[in-house]
Amino acid sequence: MTASSARPAGRSGPAGITAAGWGWRYAGRRAPAVHDVSFTIEPGQRVLLLGASGAGKSTLLAGIAGLLGGADEGDQTGALLVDGARPETQRGRVGLVLQDPDAGVVLSKVGDDVAFGCENLGVAASDIPARVAEALEAVGLDVPPGRATKALSGGQKQRLALAGVLAMRPGVLLLDEPTANLDPEGVREVRAAVEHAVAESGATLVVIEHRTEVWADLMDRVIVVGAEGGLLADGPPVEVFARVGDDLAAAGVWVPGRPIDLPVLAPAVTDGESALAASGLSVSRDRRTIVRAGLEVRVPRGAATGIVGPNGAGKSTLALTLAGLLPEAAGEVLAAPQLAGRSGRRPSRWTSRELLTRIGTVFQEPEHQFLAATVRDELAIGPRSRGVATADVDVIVDELLERLHLAPLALANPFTLSGGQKRRLSVATVLADAPPVIVLDEPTFGQDRRGWVELVALLQSEIAAGTTVVAVTHDDDVLRHLGAHRIDLGLPVPAGVAS
Amino acid sequence: MTAAVADVPAVDTRPAWLDGVNPVTKVVLALLLSVPLFASIDVTSALAAIVLQLACLPLTGLPVRTLLKRMLPIVVFAPVAGVSMLLYAEPGGRVYWSFGYATVSDDSIALAIAVCLRVVALALPTILLFGRTDPTELADALAQVAKLPSRFVLGVLAGTRTLGLFLDDWRSMGLARRARGVGDTGAIRRFFSMAFVLLVFAVRRGTKLATAMEARGFGSGIPRTWARPSRLHPRDAVAVLGGVAIMALAIGAAVAAGTFRFVWS
Repeated sequence: MTASSARPAGRSGPAGITAAGWGWRYAGRRAPAVHDVSFTIEPGQRVLLLGASGAGKSTLLAGIAGLLGGADEGDQTGALLVDGARPETQRGRVGLVLQDPDAGVVLSKVGDDVAFGCENLGVAASDIPARVAEALEAVGLDVPPGRATKALSGGQKQRLALAGVLAMRPGVLLLDEPTANLDPEGVREVRAAVEHAVAESGATLVVIEHRTEVWADLMDRVIVVGAEGGLLADGPPVEVFARVGDDLAAAGVWVPGRPIDLPVLAPAVTDGESALAASGLSVSRDRRTIVRAGLEVRVPRGAATGIVGPNGAGKSTLALTLAGLLPEAAGEVLAAPQLAGRSGRRPSRWTSRELLTRIGTVFQEPEHQFLAATVRDELAIGPRSRGVATADVDVIVDELLERLHLAPLALANPFTLSGGQKRRLSVATVLADAPPVIVLDEPTFGQDRRGWVELVALLQSEIAAGTTVVAVTHDDDVLRHLGAHRIDLGLPVPAGVAS
Repeated sequence: MTAAVADVPAVDTRPAWLDGVNPVTKVVLALLLSVPLFASIDVTSALAAIVLQLACLPLTGLPVRTLLKRMLPIVVFAPVAGVSMLLYAEPGGRVYWSFGYATVSDDSIALAIAVCLRVVALALPTILLFGRTDPTELADALAQVAKLPSRFVLGVLAGTRTLGLFLDDWRSMGLARRARGVGDTGAIRRFFSMAFVLLVFAVRRGTKLATAMEARGFGSGIPRTWARPSRLHPRDAVAVLGGVAIMALAIGAAVAAGTFRFVWS
């Protein structure tokens, strides 16, 4: 009894959401992020929220969650109400799960993290353990409450975030691209957990997700926010996809059943030569813990190779080792003889400058590899470093800016670009030095349909030009379109296996 | 990609006597066991304190190996403090060696040894007391027992959890710089450019974390409850009395031996 009386509004059960000509302009911005949006979501409804990137979907979600702050954070127009009251006054009625699995974890132990929300809402301490157990059960997270949160996989972290929200017993569940950064296994886990949780609690559900096929059959309504304000469409999924499917696809949404407009490359016939090869290879991030041992690896020249396997199998570590960035823990990675540097054929022994023109690496997080204050300078760093004359550097940079549609952004700071633009720039910085081998770590993570198509098309043209491409990916469609060979790392090695 | 990590407790998980002492009491004990040692520089009190504290090792549940590993940096660096005393302390007794202002004498040797031991005696309680203390438990105690503002304590606690992510960022950025052809030279410049990017990440991660915490009702103005109550027990009084006894014995031994002298006398 203490639990419910401690709650401010004291209401439970699913909540309704009403927007009436609602808009929000962040302080310091000229244009509003959301403009003139009106809808009524009935309690218990399940809504998929779509729109082009930059249309203000996340702002709308933050608004419903009551997290936009007061007048000094921005200007509000119209009204946005949850259960007929302002969302800020209803803490705990609305639960929000964000895209980044690492962003949602607050405390270092699973049980403590789930309890965090209950404590903040003033739930009696004696009621909390039951709520925690119930929430973990609801999301199917079958780990002891003392388990370290940092030891969880991405899918588990997202389910933990969901459990933390469910323990507060909210009337509305808001999910902002909850599966964009997960592998297929994680996506399945989270989708199942959400379905189960919503079925049990009956809570109203609002989800933002580009990958609509994951969620479409769970939803009974789709709302499409227009980039210029207002709503583009609002109705049952089938009806909305039929009516504005083309617009949505052009805006980057994966509309269910719409094929990708790209050729599928036939598995490349290689001349049998390897660009990179290793036998008896052990890989390690920190030279102490061996992630994988006894690997036999061959990367055929002038074709695509995909490194696949579940989370924790050592895919990224293998890729970075093949790329000459991490030293081999055992065995040797050998490059083709024509690639040999001054100190031989082992990429890990090459100097940074030798590596530049031989193997290019695109990191999972583009920002890790940005060095300059403008897009233009970013592209010029490689060519300058290898001693290309200034006039020729300009030619290379201009050509790349055009080819990757980055020309209008030439003077922008790389850190201010959108996710898709950052990815293109990170690939462009590698192409600027025309290395014969390109290694990419999860290049399509978090990309919408448009970014995905642009990237795969770019890699296809590189393969056609004779470049060797190595990609770590969970995305089967990428490998299919590239006609890639596969290095399957299978099941993860049990912890504690050493060389 | 995150590699699968095994469960954290690499330390012994059997409960030790000290585990039942409130972390706030441990903070008090750490002060109690170090501040009086600043009063005198002599071998006897420091040595007595070290021996008595080491005798308490079984109560802490720390394996000897762990203790040695953590003491190593202190044992290595304590002589650095000793050397300046050895060379520049006021000479007295027999003079063994002198060069310019530097003089090694009976008095300066005695002082150097005393300073070395003192550094060890000051560091030891912190290692013994906090070697097994969980940061979450410390935060709970600071907020509930010491009544520090919960917003501040929990904010810091959640923030420190992200330190591991920064370590990963730092490693990746180093590799990325090698990949981009700028990894051969200019290590100092590289350091600052990476530090700057890390700062950008820190601000962003902080904002995200704040959003996630607010979304879970943090800072809502509702009086907070605590799922893990932190209280003081009779054992805390025993621990404090034990600490007082150790200090009294250590200082008393020095006085009895006639070696006690105030630093300022």
